[in-house]
Amino acid sequence: MSAKVNAALPLEYQTEQNRMNILGFWVFLGAEIVLFATLFGVYGVLGERYAGGPTQKDIFIIRDVLIQTSLLLTSSFTMGISIFEMRRSNIKGMLMWLVFTLLLGGGFLFMEVREFIHYVHEGATMQTSAFLSSFFVLLGTHGLHVTIGIGWAILLIIQILQRGLTPVTARKAFIFGLYWHFLDVVWIFIFTFVYLQGLVM
Amino acid sequence: MGIKWDEFFVTGDPLIFASQIGIALTLIGALAGITYFKKWNYLWTEWLTTVDHKKIGIMYILMGVLMFVRGGIDGLMMKGQTAVPENGFLNAQHYNEVFTTHGVIMILFVAMPLLIGLMNFVIPLQIGARDVAFPQLNALSFWLTFSGAMLFNISFIIGGSPDAGWTSYFPLAGKEFSPGIGNNYYAVALQIAGAGTLMTGINFVVTVLKMRTKGMTLMKMPMFTWTSFITSIIIVASFPIFTVALALMTFDRTFGTHFFTISGGGMDMLWANLFWLWGHPEVYIVVLPAFGMLSDIISTFARKTLYGYKSMVISIVMISVLSMLVWVHHFFTMGNSAAVNSFFSITTMAIAIPTGVKVFNWLFTMRKGRIKFTTAMLWALAFVPNFVIGGVTGVMLAMAAADYQYHNTLFLVAHFHYVLIPGVVFPIFAGLYFWWPKMFGYMLNERIGKWNFWLFVVGFNVTFMPMFFLGLDGAVRRAYTYSAETGFGPLMMISAIGSIILAAGFAALVYNIYWSARYADRNIGNDPWDARTLEWATATPVQHYNFASLPEVTKLDAFWHMKKNDQLQPLKEDEVEEIHLPSNTWIPIYMGVVFGISGFLLVFEWTIAAAIAAIGIFAGLAFRSFDYDEGFHVHKDEILETEGIWRKGANKGVKNHVS
Repeated sequence: MSAKVNAALPLEYQTEQNRMNILGFWVFLGAEIVLFATLFGVYGVLGERYAGGPTQKDIFIIRDVLIQTSLLLTSSFTMGISIFEMRRSNIKGMLMWLVFTLLLGGGFLFMEVREFIHYVHEGATMQTSAFLSSFFVLLGTHGLHVTIGIGWAILLIIQILQRGLTPVTARKAFIFGLYWHFLDVVWIFIFTFVYLQGLVM
Repeated sequence: MGIKWDEFFVTGDPLIFASQIGIALTLIGALAGITYFKKWNYLWTEWLTTVDHKKIGIMYILMGVLMFVRGGIDGLMMKGQTAVPENGFLNAQHYNEVFTTHGVIMILFVAMPLLIGLMNFVIPLQIGARDVAFPQLNALSFWLTFSGAMLFNISFIIGGSPDAGWTSYFPLAGKEFSPGIGNNYYAVALQIAGAGTLMTGINFVVTVLKMRTKGMTLMKMPMFTWTSFITSIIIVASFPIFTVALALMTFDRTFGTHFFTISGGGMDMLWANLFWLWGHPEVYIVVLPAFGMLSDIISTFARKTLYGYKSMVISIVMISVLSMLVWVHHFFTMGNSAAVNSFFSITTMAIAIPTGVKVFNWLFTMRKGRIKFTTAMLWALAFVPNFVIGGVTGVMLAMAAADYQYHNTLFLVAHFHYVLIPGVVFPIFAGLYFWWPKMFGYMLNERIGKWNFWLFVVGFNVTFMPMFFLGLDGAVRRAYTYSAETGFGPLMMISAIGSIILAAGFAALVYNIYWSARYADRNIGNDPWDARTLEWATATPVQHYNFASLPEVTKLDAFWHMKKNDQLQPLKEDEVEEIHLPSNTWIPIYMGVVFGISGFLLVFEWTIAAAIAAIGIFAGLAFRSFDYDEGFHVHKDEILETEGIWRKGANKGVKNHVS
């Protein structure tokens, strides 16, 4: 609420309201961690209950998963560069890297949807077994987050083009960055505890 | 397709038919009344689009009181049914629906809105702030809670109510055994309301951390602020679990997945675990803010600083940690190993330690205090012995081996009513009597208040004390009737009579609100109770910007010390600055509406229609993203004028109704 500006800080931290928004988003990410932890817990409990359906080894294609992983990890890197460019007040660079991020995120989503379609064609649907129910809901929740993130970032890009870099737009971009990195962290857990563990089980 | 069109409205029960007509007439009456008195504009600009934490708090409280009526009628119906053996007032199905909605409504749409309403109103004032950290988000929280509550409430006239108990255990709550759409209401309505609550939690964590006024360190915060802060942390840590559990329930019921089903490798106990992983912390979410209110009220009316402030803080932190570690005690009898049961027995009993510390602190606060027996204080006094009965029977239930005897009997039902009514409802009533003047500028009548108090407390004990003995005699909970040979009849009848006294007590509160609104004295000054915390340092009712200049704090009980040491500063005109406040917004109520519509369609498993309606949700988010409204400034002249009016009568010659 306070309009007092502390110009010594990075743009996104300059107003009190911005600092509160960023802290609030960290708390929200805390809630998101609990949400995903619960989904991982559910997968941990149900992940080997196949009910006669396919197992992880039967359906996972590790090559495609590796491509997805590298797309998403790279997108986190480009997101970081985008915020770095924002701190240097380079709007052009910032937006360019942000667009790269979204393209990589889009690529990830494309691969994930393709993967899901492939599974369904193999007869591995959400309704097949408890393993697949928990698998699809865990990954689907992550995928939904990525989708929402892409839509969100497009709105941000429009606002930055309209308004340039202000404390408000900078804060919004910074918070989006936190969100995007968080999704990457979740994916690392999915990659480890769903895919890799599934293949060695 | 979840339902046939001819099943859309619930038909065939005269009770429900009467309510359908009643609801239709009330709606028409309300709409016509607002139109006739030309209040639409007032309603829209002053309430429906407001982002003022005080008005949002009042709307929460209003909703909580209304829902109390609904939940209370459910309770009375149950008591009416079980008053005599082999009664035919409600059939088994109807009874199932009534105890389910009673539980859900009382916890989620009565206790939580009343507490969050009081938190909303009081916390920013107690910490000397002008609003919460995210005022628009706060409005969204309210409208989502309201939307969820309304969706849940229409279930009994449209489509059928949930009937698997407020815990909705699988496999009973699954499609196989509950094929109707009733339980979809449970899954969807609570999801929407839960999202609102989660945002409240985030909001208050940041508000308390970031918006305290100058000098108010964490250890100088009033106890209600402390408990609300810890409660908010528990909300953030536990509500996402419920979000997931409800989402999986929706998937199981609507999309045929196998999380909790018997077939397909699902695991029904997973639901019980997830539910109580949220459900037990939820108990502390409702009880901790109540503890905080009691602490402030007791220290005000004992006219002493709270005894053992530090140990109070340590206790609530300990309770919050332990609250996450006891969930299995809700199903000791459902096939855990002895080691698991032992572990959760011990953690459960351990909660009695910090709670006991708190009880003794309250007693020591009162010791040698010059106690003023106001209605608010009476509630706090009645709380102690009644809550101890609930607590001690809780320790009995905590012993896993003994729990095999108590489990699923009315003993348990009596226990948790002895925890939740003295532990949550008494403090809420105390809080309403205490803060009412701050909210509305007049006090609730003390004489009617005494009626309210005595009827309610006596009625409560007459209702629930017999249930301990019924439970020990083997009366099971959730049974719609019993035979005369069981011998339960007399105690059941006493319990039913008690519930009528209890209802009369609540009616006295409602009458008190009506009476006081019409006749109570408006000239009460800003500090009618001679209170201790900052909310009493500003005008009554509170001006919309809360404080003309933000107060500075040096001690606990800041306002008390200001009064005693003559440090109440008159407002210096040249130091008054323009105050920046956020603007009203239509987005939160719009979000409540689209969430409600989309949820309603999802309840009926019209998934495509629900998805189309959900586009409206994303449209709302996009509107919010492009909303760069910077709020408005309150001008100096307006501030000086407002302050001049209330400060004239403040702190001297104040009419004090109590001492």
